[in-house]
Amino acid sequence: MSEAVIQVQGLTTRFGATVVHRGLDLEVRRGEILGVVGGSGTGKSVLLRACIGLVRPVAGEVRLFGERLDGPAGDALRRRFGVLFQNGALFSSLTVAENVAFPLVEHLGLPRPEALELARARLALAGFPLEAAERYPKALSGGMVKRAALARALALEPELLFLDEPTAGLDPITAGAFDRLVVTLRDALGLTVFLVTHDLDTLYAACDRVAVLARGRVLVADTLARVRDTDDPWIREYFHGPRGRAAAAAQR
Amino acid sequence: MAQSQPTAPASSPGRRDDFLEVRRRADGGAVLVLRGAWVTARWRELPRALPVAAETVAALDIAQLTALDSAGASRLAALLGAQRLQALAAALPAERRALLERVAASLAAAGSPPAPAPRDLFAPLVALGRTTSRGLAHLRLLVGFLGLVLVRLGIALLTPHRLRLTATVHQMQAAGLEAVPIVTLLSFLVGAVVAFLGATVLQVFGAGIYTVDLVAYSFLREFGVLLAAILLAGRTASSFAAQLGTMKVNEEIDALETLGLDPVEVLVIPRVVALLVVFPLLSFLAMAAGLAGGAAVALVELAVSPARFLAIVEEVPVRHFWVGMGKAPLFAFTIALIGCLEGFKVTGSASSVGDRTTSAVVQAIFFVILFDALAALFCMEMGW
Repeated sequence: MSEAVIQVQGLTTRFGATVVHRGLDLEVRRGEILGVVGGSGTGKSVLLRACIGLVRPVAGEVRLFGERLDGPAGDALRRRFGVLFQNGALFSSLTVAENVAFPLVEHLGLPRPEALELARARLALAGFPLEAAERYPKALSGGMVKRAALARALALEPELLFLDEPTAGLDPITAGAFDRLVVTLRDALGLTVFLVTHDLDTLYAACDRVAVLARGRVLVADTLARVRDTDDPWIREYFHGPRGRAAAAAQR
Repeated sequence: MAQSQPTAPASSPGRRDDFLEVRRRADGGAVLVLRGAWVTARWRELPRALPVAAETVAALDIAQLTALDSAGASRLAALLGAQRLQALAAALPAERRALLERVAASLAAAGSPPAPAPRDLFAPLVALGRTTSRGLAHLRLLVGFLGLVLVRLGIALLTPHRLRLTATVHQMQAAGLEAVPIVTLLSFLVGAVVAFLGATVLQVFGAGIYTVDLVAYSFLREFGVLLAAILLAGRTASSFAAQLGTMKVNEEIDALETLGLDPVEVLVIPRVVALLVVFPLLSFLAMAAGLAGGAAVALVELAVSPARFLAIVEEVPVRHFWVGMGKAPLFAFTIALIGCLEGFKVTGSASSVGDRTTSAVVQAIFFVILFDALAALFCMEMGW
């Protein structure tokens, strides 16, 4: 298959005495949506934060597009990916449109009116209703926050998108619409997506491959059908428990 | 896509030529030829107007288009109209079509941004009115909260077993014991400054020895209690507001209520009682430290020995001390009340905690100084 956009090799991370990852390996290929799942405390979010350079590994390395983030190409690399944080992380002192325009002003040097114009185009792309673009983040519903944050992640036209629990805290209808949005955007913009989730429906609706984290490693990373049939107690419990069966049934 | 025979390009001035050009087909329809990179990085250079009316464009020619991203696509949608772009994109190869159709569809679905509100001539007046009515509402809230806390405090004092001793002692340590070093140090320094001032001015008149009286009167009556109050307003009113505000954000206060517990009794009364107990002690400490600062300067600048200094201080009537200490419970109550009320006023977000904390400090200092000024006037009129 095509080239690897994210390569994680021998990643070990630790907080104090707690080891989160022990020699974790993972690859994300161009154009795919990889879903990362695992029980609470298995280090899904930490893996995402290690990939985007917010957590420094104790050992091992992460390469994005073949380069290290802490290397000389780091700054240029940062403009090639966008991140959607779990709670949106919208800047509370800026309106939604200003939030999306902020990286455009800072990195592309666009003047404010033009940056706002482009920001509105990005918001539209993320399915954000433009009549709410002048609101402040605190006046938004959960689904709108996620869409606004997605628009900001897309602001610099990244090739790679990191999503941390994009559907957490959304009602099923909004969550389903968000899953479809991620797929359409991937198809239209040719994105590669690294998606951390708890949501079984998202795995079925959006992900090309699924990586299961447990005991500090990637147990298996493969298509959903193959992952589901892996012989591991956690995977069996996860995919073949009542919720897993319901999500599978919903897809048929 | 069936390309017809192109004829002469329609005129289009400026650098717009770099990105697009219009050709006429044999049947008279206009073909929009896109060139170059329609990408985010070149957003400012992308054309802002079409050389022909959008409705007359019959086809797109993208053979010379080197790159296209969602920014370029949305500019194209702005030029042609989202629906027109969707129709035109249908004839393009699949990899460009997906992007163009997606952008056109999303722009069509997103609606338009709200029109900016017209400038209102009376806006400053409206703002003034809002501020006034908000201020009055706040004052009413403060008085209401004062009543509520007084009632609960009365109940707590009548039924002492309901007073939460652990919480109260904890607050005493945090607000009192831990404030001792800073209160002592700052009072000492201010005492020294007052003495310097006195020495400088009074020595001119040969009345340098009255510096001791200046320090003694000012610290016993005013500065001891006032300095302690200002420090506690900054240190404790803010921490009360932040603690209760964080609990409010966390829904802990709602949880208390649903458990059948009264948040005022559980959270406010221990804080109020703790401050009522420790604040007079801190004020006393501030007076002593201020006098010590004055004594140090008197020794160095005026060669007044500490024993002589104390002898002069002893001659100051003791009522001045009581005037100062009498204000301590009032200040303590004000600081605790405002800190707690601002904490309860937090709504939802973390930024609200910051706003209310700031407001708590500003209000606490404001009321402390206001009450101090009123008390000074009152005592002067009473001849105390």
